[in-house]
Amino acid sequence: MQQSIPASPTLTAPEPGQPAETRTRSRSSLLRQIAGTPSGAIGLAIVTAYVLVALAGALGVTPFDPLEQHRPDRLQGPNRTYLMGTDMLGRDVLSRIIKGGTNSMIVVLASVTLATAIGTTIGVLSAWSGGFLDNVAMRVMDVFFAFPAILLALLVVTVLGTGIRNTILAIAIVYTPIFARVARGPVLSLKETDFVEAASAIGSPSWRILLRHVLPNTVAPTIVQISLALSWALLTEAGLSFLGLGTPPPEPSWGQMLSDSTGIAEIAPWLLLFPGLAIMISVLGFNLLGDSLRDALDPRLRR
Amino acid sequence: MLRYLLQRFLFAIPTLLGVSVLVFVAIRMVPGNAITAMLGTEAGLLTATQRASLEEYFGLDKSPVEQYFVWLRNVLQGDLGYSVRLGEPVLDLILHRLPVTFELAFLSVVVALLVGIPLGVGSAVRRNSAIDLGGRLFALIGLAAPNFLVATLSIFVLSKYFNFLPNAGNFTRLLDDPILNLKQMLLPALTLGLAFSASVMRTTRSAMLEVLGQDYVRTARAKGLREKVVIVRHTLRNALIPVVTLTGIEISYLLGGAVIIEQIFALPGLGRLTLNAISQRDYALIQGVTLFIAAMVVIINVLVDLGYAAIDPRISYANRS
Repeated sequence: MQQSIPASPTLTAPEPGQPAETRTRSRSSLLRQIAGTPSGAIGLAIVTAYVLVALAGALGVTPFDPLEQHRPDRLQGPNRTYLMGTDMLGRDVLSRIIKGGTNSMIVVLASVTLATAIGTTIGVLSAWSGGFLDNVAMRVMDVFFAFPAILLALLVVTVLGTGIRNTILAIAIVYTPIFARVARGPVLSLKETDFVEAASAIGSPSWRILLRHVLPNTVAPTIVQISLALSWALLTEAGLSFLGLGTPPPEPSWGQMLSDSTGIAEIAPWLLLFPGLAIMISVLGFNLLGDSLRDALDPRLRR
Repeated sequence: MLRYLLQRFLFAIPTLLGVSVLVFVAIRMVPGNAITAMLGTEAGLLTATQRASLEEYFGLDKSPVEQYFVWLRNVLQGDLGYSVRLGEPVLDLILHRLPVTFELAFLSVVVALLVGIPLGVGSAVRRNSAIDLGGRLFALIGLAAPNFLVATLSIFVLSKYFNFLPNAGNFTRLLDDPILNLKQMLLPALTLGLAFSASVMRTTRSAMLEVLGQDYVRTARAKGLREKVVIVRHTLRNALIPVVTLTGIEISYLLGGAVIIEQIFALPGLGRLTLNAISQRDYALIQGVTLFIAAMVVIINVLVDLGYAAIDPRISYANRS
């Protein structure tokens, strides 16, 4: 009884956004399923490229030092030496795009990991304990939902100050309530099921039931949410940096490179083009991957 | 209906109180003294006696809990504080900028719905046709392109090739010169609206596909109704519910979140006010604006709930106890 989870935990209709079905499936077959669709394959390829670029930047594999100013070569268009041209200060755009990718990935990964860990824990525990505690936790989440996401992020940055670490915290704080809500749904419905009751009747301790029977059922919706959060985190980092409230200069970030290009793009369009493409292609990749993940994990949405 | 409305607003009160606590605590977490926070760099010019009398005047010598209740009482009386920086009461500043933000939100939503819904319907009805593929491609790009990129790009293209310049600080209000105002609003509204229309298109499409598969749609077709009637009256009306939800979320985003677009196009709305407050460390203003926006969002959420009742015949709030 303990090793298998019923295919459908509830007899009643599941709430929207909550998978009624949990299947045991190996990770490799999920990957194959995603790579099998054209959009999934493109998404996977883009995200892999994003990660590789970010890693290259982290390891310092860039044509030039991203911060080094080649004064005589200011505002050069793309050429053999500078594949994506140079900016106002003569810095190599390609190197800055690569290092900007690193900064973007640090923020995206750290913030989404933080939000997933804290949010899921709050969601699962609050739904499991129920009653007063659950009520309080959910009212607190409602308070956070009352702020438009970017405004909440701005508020956090105002209080904590700018910088990579605070950008991470800001994005994590915005996304934590969302993960809490996503994890809470399945736990609430599972709590009432026969197999959980049976496990508790034979004397399984609460933590064991949580870990073995309940938590696995929150995985699918959480993964789908993670894929959405990744692309949102990337956009928010770029947006905050665009406003000058994210990654602090001279450290490169795509959003800030884009905002630096305003006013000068007329004579140096490559300063607008490359960071813009970097942001757009990366978000597109995460979105495509997210869509195919959702299709693969949530059979109700497949059509 | 009235009873439900009342109930729904009553439930919003704890959330609003929570919002006020959060904003109050957040602003007090800013490192440094509240007087310093209020006056910024000028605080350095204060003598110790001046500082003490200011602290007494603003009630800062009281405990934080007492301070909160004093602040809350003022807020409930419409006193959101005073912006030392701009020399005006915070509420006046907000109310002066609100129409611009409302207008921008309204125009963008109109653009988004006018583009997104027909595209979504066409895409679902003619599934896998050229319309569908084109629509889906549009949505994919629209979702991936951040609005600040679209804005920067459109300004670039328009100024380079069409000799057009966005208003550089000389914003004209709607009532002063509607035509000029709409001209100035056009590009920002299109930028925000087209980005949002991508989500609208996707949501409409998937909701339409789901409803088109329902039995009652087959029944409607079987009894010989014209396709147009089936699509518009039987399918679209039901498919619009998730679009209403989405629009509600988007409006609350637009009211507080059009920060970047208002900044790029130099529109004197709430978002730009917030951003200026942040860059000038005007904490009284930040506190007031965030509280105001969050309260608006809570109220809009209630209204969206009521919007369901208007569209979905299955949801009748009148019968709820």
